[in-house]
Amino acid sequence: MGYLLNGLMATTWQQLVMFLVGAFLIYLAYAKKLEPALLLPMGFGAILVNIPFSGAMNTTIVGIGEVTGILEWLFDIGIAQSEALPLLLFVGIGAMIDFGPLLSNPRLILFGAAAQFGIFATIIIAVLLGFPLKDAASIGIIGAADGPTSILVSQVFRSDYMGAIAVAAYSYMALVPIIQPFAIKLVTTKKERQIRMSYNPKSVSRMTRLVFPIVVTMVAGYVAPASVSLVGLLMFGNLIRESLVLESLSETAQNVLANLITLFLGITVASTMVAERFVRLETMLIMFLGLIAFIFDSIGGVMFAKLLNLFSKNKVNPMIGAAGISAFPMSARVIQRMGLEADSQNHLLMHAVGANVAGQIASVVAGGVILGLVPQMLI
Amino acid sequence: MSLPLRQSLTLLWQGMGAIFIVIFLIYIVMLILPKIFKDKK
Repeated sequence: MGYLLNGLMATTWQQLVMFLVGAFLIYLAYAKKLEPALLLPMGFGAILVNIPFSGAMNTTIVGIGEVTGILEWLFDIGIAQSEALPLLLFVGIGAMIDFGPLLSNPRLILFGAAAQFGIFATIIIAVLLGFPLKDAASIGIIGAADGPTSILVSQVFRSDYMGAIAVAAYSYMALVPIIQPFAIKLVTTKKERQIRMSYNPKSVSRMTRLVFPIVVTMVAGYVAPASVSLVGLLMFGNLIRESLVLESLSETAQNVLANLITLFLGITVASTMVAERFVRLETMLIMFLGLIAFIFDSIGGVMFAKLLNLFSKNKVNPMIGAAGISAFPMSARVIQRMGLEADSQNHLLMHAVGANVAGQIASVVAGGVILGLVPQMLI
Repeated sequence: MSLPLRQSLTLLWQGMGAIFIVIFLIYIVMLILPKIFKDKK
């Protein structure tokens, strides 16, 4: 009967730490409502994969050989071999996005580009901390504020740190309401936060909405071909939505497909949260770098808005620049709240929503650009 | 300056440059599309 104690005797302190990490993620999801759809499965998955001799992972049984574990199989099929899980999630996300606020005020899209600055600032800091370029790029992409893009890029670069990167990406997205006000206040004055912006939306024709996802895919595809899978599937979802002839598919993509993939994505990514790969100094550094990425994203967006204001007659509230990250709709809500704090009549929500939607396009473009540029440097 | 640091700095300007080019082209598209497809309402 001694074999019943094998698991207990084989438990390492690192695995105990991972049980605590798993419990903490579940606590954040349950008690604090932080990205529960991802953090709860990841937390439970972290517990599953760290039980000694866990059958959820591939194991070798004496006399039989290797037996496939479900989580490792899901990871191999859904992420390692095809990147299918994060990519297919973009179909659902695309079907959820209404580009209307952006199409009615096109210049907001420029903030989406500026707010990707955190990616590159973080890559530089990660390199200075000693990470190899491919890992630094995988860590930097946390600054895309886009979980599936972070998972995809770290998988394509075969980064050892995917688990930590995914945890950082989703945790900080949920913490946007705390991180962004801090970062924005660092680089703005109250007077700047009080700048009012008039909202005069132009109506957007049905045909414009329909053609937009197709043309964006073509443009992004020709200039940055590596972004085609990311941008293409995002825009495919949006095309289904805007066509209005596939309402049932659009609804399925927004709800069933997105929920199903989300359900498996978190627990599948958790298969990389094995104690010996997760409990190390680099994980702490990645959590720190993720925070840096979000702070520099916000600062990049704000500084770009200030730059535009130097040349523009219609001043932009610089906080709108910070809404150019992909964390939708948290970032837009933060900006609206901060605008009202500075001036109780300053309603910035619709501008912030436009910039926030721009961030969703720019983050996948950024993912494609990183995927295209970094391998050329590794040759 | 070490090679990875030089590469990361190159990545900064090339990456931000590429993102701005793509986004600027999309911006142009967004300006042109409503002129081609006018709202009939």
